[in-house]
Amino acid sequence: MPVIWLTLIVLTISAVGFLMGRRRALVSAGGDSRNLHSLPIYYGSNALMKSVVPALGLMILWLLAQSLFIDSRIVQMIPESEIAEGSNIGLVMSDVRRTADGLSKAVDAGLLDDETARNAESDLEDITQRLKDAGQVVTGQITQTVLQASQAYRAMSQTSNLLMTIAVLIVAAAGAAWGTMESSKSFRARNTVEQGILALLIAAASVAILTTIGIILSLIFNTIEFFRLYPASDFFFLLEWAPSFSGRGGASSLGILPLLWGTLYISLVALLVAVPIGLFAAIYLSEYAGPRMRSIAKPLLEILAGIPTIVYGLFALLTIGPILLSVFGDNGLGWMQGQRAVLTAGLAMGIMLIPFVSSLSDDIINAVPQAMRDGSYGLGATKSETIKQVVLPAALPGIVGAILLAASRAIGETMIVVLGAGAAARLSLNPFEAMTTVTAKIVSQLTGDSDFASPEALVAFALGMTLFIMTLGLNVFALYIVRKYREQYE
Amino acid sequence: MNDMRILERDVDTNDVKIAAKGVQVYYGDNHAIKDVDVEIDDKTVTAFIGPSGCGKSTFLRCINRMNDTIDVCRVVGDIHIDGEDIYDAKVDPVQLRAKVGMVFQKPNPFPKSIYDNVAYGPRIHGLAKNKAELDELVEKSLRRGAIWDEVKDRLDAPGTGLSGGQQQRLCIARAVATEPEVLLMDEPCSALDPIATAQIEELIDELRQSYSVVIVTHSMQQAARVSQKTAFFHLGNLVEYGETGQIFTNPVDPRTESYITGRIG
Amino acid sequence: MTDATMTPESARPSRSLIHEDARTKKRNASERRFRAYGIAAIFTGLFFLVALLAAILSSGLPAFRQAVVEVPFTLTQEQYDAAEKALLKTGIYTDYFVTSLTQTMESEGVEIEFDEKAIERLLGKVGGDLRKFYRANEDQLEASVSFELAAASRVDRYLKGTFAREDLQSGNRFFMPEDFDLIDAMRDAGLIKQVFNWNFLTGVDTGVDNPGGAGIGASVLGSFFMMLVVLVLSLPIGVAASIYLEEFAPKNRFTDFIEVNISNLAAVPSIVFGILGLAVFIQFAHLPQSAPLVGGLVLTLMTLPTIIISTRASLKAVPPSIRDAALGVGASKMQAVFHHVLPLAAPGILTGTIIGLAQALGETAPLLLIGMVGFVARYPGTFVEGFIEPNSAVPAQIYNWAARSDAVFTEKAWGGIIVLLLFLITMNTIAVILRRRFERRW
Repeated sequence: MPVIWLTLIVLTISAVGFLMGRRRALVSAGGDSRNLHSLPIYYGSNALMKSVVPALGLMILWLLAQSLFIDSRIVQMIPESEIAEGSNIGLVMSDVRRTADGLSKAVDAGLLDDETARNAESDLEDITQRLKDAGQVVTGQITQTVLQASQAYRAMSQTSNLLMTIAVLIVAAAGAAWGTMESSKSFRARNTVEQGILALLIAAASVAILTTIGIILSLIFNTIEFFRLYPASDFFFLLEWAPSFSGRGGASSLGILPLLWGTLYISLVALLVAVPIGLFAAIYLSEYAGPRMRSIAKPLLEILAGIPTIVYGLFALLTIGPILLSVFGDNGLGWMQGQRAVLTAGLAMGIMLIPFVSSLSDDIINAVPQAMRDGSYGLGATKSETIKQVVLPAALPGIVGAILLAASRAIGETMIVVLGAGAAARLSLNPFEAMTTVTAKIVSQLTGDSDFASPEALVAFALGMTLFIMTLGLNVFALYIVRKYREQYE
Repeated sequence: MNDMRILERDVDTNDVKIAAKGVQVYYGDNHAIKDVDVEIDDKTVTAFIGPSGCGKSTFLRCINRMNDTIDVCRVVGDIHIDGEDIYDAKVDPVQLRAKVGMVFQKPNPFPKSIYDNVAYGPRIHGLAKNKAELDELVEKSLRRGAIWDEVKDRLDAPGTGLSGGQQQRLCIARAVATEPEVLLMDEPCSALDPIATAQIEELIDELRQSYSVVIVTHSMQQAARVSQKTAFFHLGNLVEYGETGQIFTNPVDPRTESYITGRIG
Repeated sequence: MTDATMTPESARPSRSLIHEDARTKKRNASERRFRAYGIAAIFTGLFFLVALLAAILSSGLPAFRQAVVEVPFTLTQEQYDAAEKALLKTGIYTDYFVTSLTQTMESEGVEIEFDEKAIERLLGKVGGDLRKFYRANEDQLEASVSFELAAASRVDRYLKGTFAREDLQSGNRFFMPEDFDLIDAMRDAGLIKQVFNWNFLTGVDTGVDNPGGAGIGASVLGSFFMMLVVLVLSLPIGVAASIYLEEFAPKNRFTDFIEVNISNLAAVPSIVFGILGLAVFIQFAHLPQSAPLVGGLVLTLMTLPTIIISTRASLKAVPPSIRDAALGVGASKMQAVFHHVLPLAAPGILTGTIIGLAQALGETAPLLLIGMVGFVARYPGTFVEGFIEPNSAVPAQIYNWAARSDAVFTEKAWGGIIVLLLFLITMNTIAVILRRRFERRW
């Protein structure tokens, strides 16, 4: 891994810079560190910082730019006619990349000499066979174009890597030298280093922004791509979800409405389970329970929140499903056909959400001032009257916010519905039927073997976009309500 | 207000409404009230005075069992209202609190409309048979709270939107609406400006005609202005209890005198 | 006070406190009902917890047990030489084994006839194992050796009671109805015993032909490498971001924008992070698919908001007087933060990080999208390969097993959940202990 080696060399150079910068500062102060503006370590750190940060930054940028640049050059090499029916440039490109990778590995393993790997006239059969021998995955027969493209790819990558190594090393050395030269007793090394650190802190804080931008861009570009291949009106208004499995488009019906219906229906069932239980539990714990009961029941309920969703998924599929089936199935009431159903997933999700609702509501109920309760008790109201008529109305906005947050959780939940809800999209009112959700379909469309450029795969991004907008809207609204509510009592 | 007025005030002899005997209150290990005996008269304003933390508010909260809502609080001894032991196991604190109303230090209107604030008590106790009766009761209570004229045009406005003095009078109206027999006031004016304080004090004086009013106050002047009888608490003990004029002019206990003259407290 | 028109008399006659009137009775009844709802809600919640744990333990614990057949076996030099000369060597070994087993059972008073096919169905390729053993240990010839042979998964399930005679419609190459009799016979002869299934903890995923051999080891390693990436990236970035926001950020639009971003990212569904990982790390940056490195990157982005939020809370808990004291002796703001505030906040930061890691460890959905659910049948060769070679992760492996129809894999999935929960419990316990030990109240 040359990148690792390069990083290590850069670190060594900067360590040398650290020592030199520190030494030079001490020398200029006549060996007495009290004559320096800053502690000696800051002079060293200055040199280290000036060498590491630009060098590694350059390396990362170079690597990103390199793949884009080489890709665009290689794409031009591949004639339109080479792209097989039903395939696309993305697939050919990944073939090229794989072959180039395979060639490199084969050369490393000594199965292929570099000459042959570079030679454009090499025998295709021979190369394919050698690659297979070398344990490199080769899909079918390599075509002449792919071979040439991958050879060009290799050559360009190698040149680029060489250039990058030289550039990065020069930058690292120059930075170390600069930092060392700056070191003198009057140089404000501490201020410089602290400014550098502050810049790094800001960069770290900006990761959150970059993540959001990354999410939005990756959703938007692929969604636009999807709408170029598939009419947006069909996506939004078609009442049918039936992707064709050939992955060739045309025959697919990709309407989001059945998925949305499944999502909302399951979320509704989950909320019907979680909200009453969670809310009453929160009321009991905050208004009735003694400190002992509170200290036992609260952490126990919160264990439910710490259990990963895959566990709830399995619980839905393998425990709740069979139990429901034995009651409502063919041997019981005969309403239910299979273990996977809206009710199965909804119940499991409801259990998952109980602690979420209860701890949020608990916070909110506790924020209602005691004076409010005293006022009501002072008038001779019972506890439950006080809770129902004073505490809950006062806490209502906060509780609505909590429920909205829970709803957003339910809508975005994936593993429970993937395992418990079923795969068939349906517009039905029957909770005993299997339905599917937006999240479940994102998973199934992106984990299949269909290629990423087909509408069947790209639709996942449009679904993701819908999901993102829905949950974001709910969250922003809920957080706004909760914040307003908190301010009221602060 | 002229402090000399208390000397002229005629003190009627009324029936005893509340009789406390040997009351002890503990907060966990802390002995907050030590062996308090007191008899509080009907249709009288009784003031509890004393330095901070002397137990006067704690004792007040015993009278309508508000201390029940605090887990660590324990009350020993007898408190009788109209001859009935209010700590008897058969007594429902809910019924007790309907009979003994309370106004708190900080105005605490519910986050509801002014109308609903006042109607809350009558509704839970079922005091009105229909809407018209309830309307009438709300109006009567607001008039008694001396706030009717200020709010009659905006009964649907939230009670939290009123000024501090108005909020406190709303709370008094709310307490009056349940038609209590005793009204407990825990420093009702400490959060209010002087003008609002004067209005509340005037109101207290009028409430005396129908209720036994017990008021905890920090201000000796206030006690002197509004009350007929005064009890002085110090470190959990009831030091002295008697007619207001006498306590302020001729206290028996040296501690009372020190407090009144400002040497302790 | 013109509006205070009062009637001197109290509006109602004096009421007794001792007698509960009818209305109070009704109100108190409704009070009790309300209270009962609360208790019922709590117990329902706790019931679900118990049901969940019961389901996990009852279905998952059998995955840690494994039936083995313990057979004493002696091979003579002659037999060895004869077998090694033969054409189908392992077949001969199997014959020897069948003969030996029949004799062993007869000596225990159990008589049954069976062929080598049945042995292969129940105990796998015994001949191969025997041959391998004797070729490696020729000195064991003529001696009595006790062989522990892992029973096939159906034998295992039959003994555990999750697979009954009625469940088998007709025989196939994996199992025949008469095999039940053989198992019974071996059990009656006292040859079968239950041992701890180490293979489940150390093994790798297997195909449908050998569900009993599947282990969770490789995916534990995959999770480990992912968590390494998450820790190495999210801790420094999260702490740096929190320090900036809590100590240095000016009150301006940019800061507000970062704050809004963080609080919203904390609530974005995890699957959306999977989409991000797929689009950015795999499609755009061409990082290797299914690699723990990519999984770690995605989980880092997902965990960051959690770590930032808890780190900021612990920084905020350090009282300003500490900062003032440091600034007062002439430290720069940076020095005050790094020398004083950060060390004091460290326990809280660590606790938050561990809890964030525990969350990341249990996350499944994003891993599905970046391809970490593939069939992974080997351990990574080197440390670097651990990051970039395709691997799975514990929760993804569980999902993978749950999605297969074989009941043995279902049991493995529950067993995997026990492993996953043990990791989570350990991490959370460490977090709680850290908090208890080092928590400082100011």
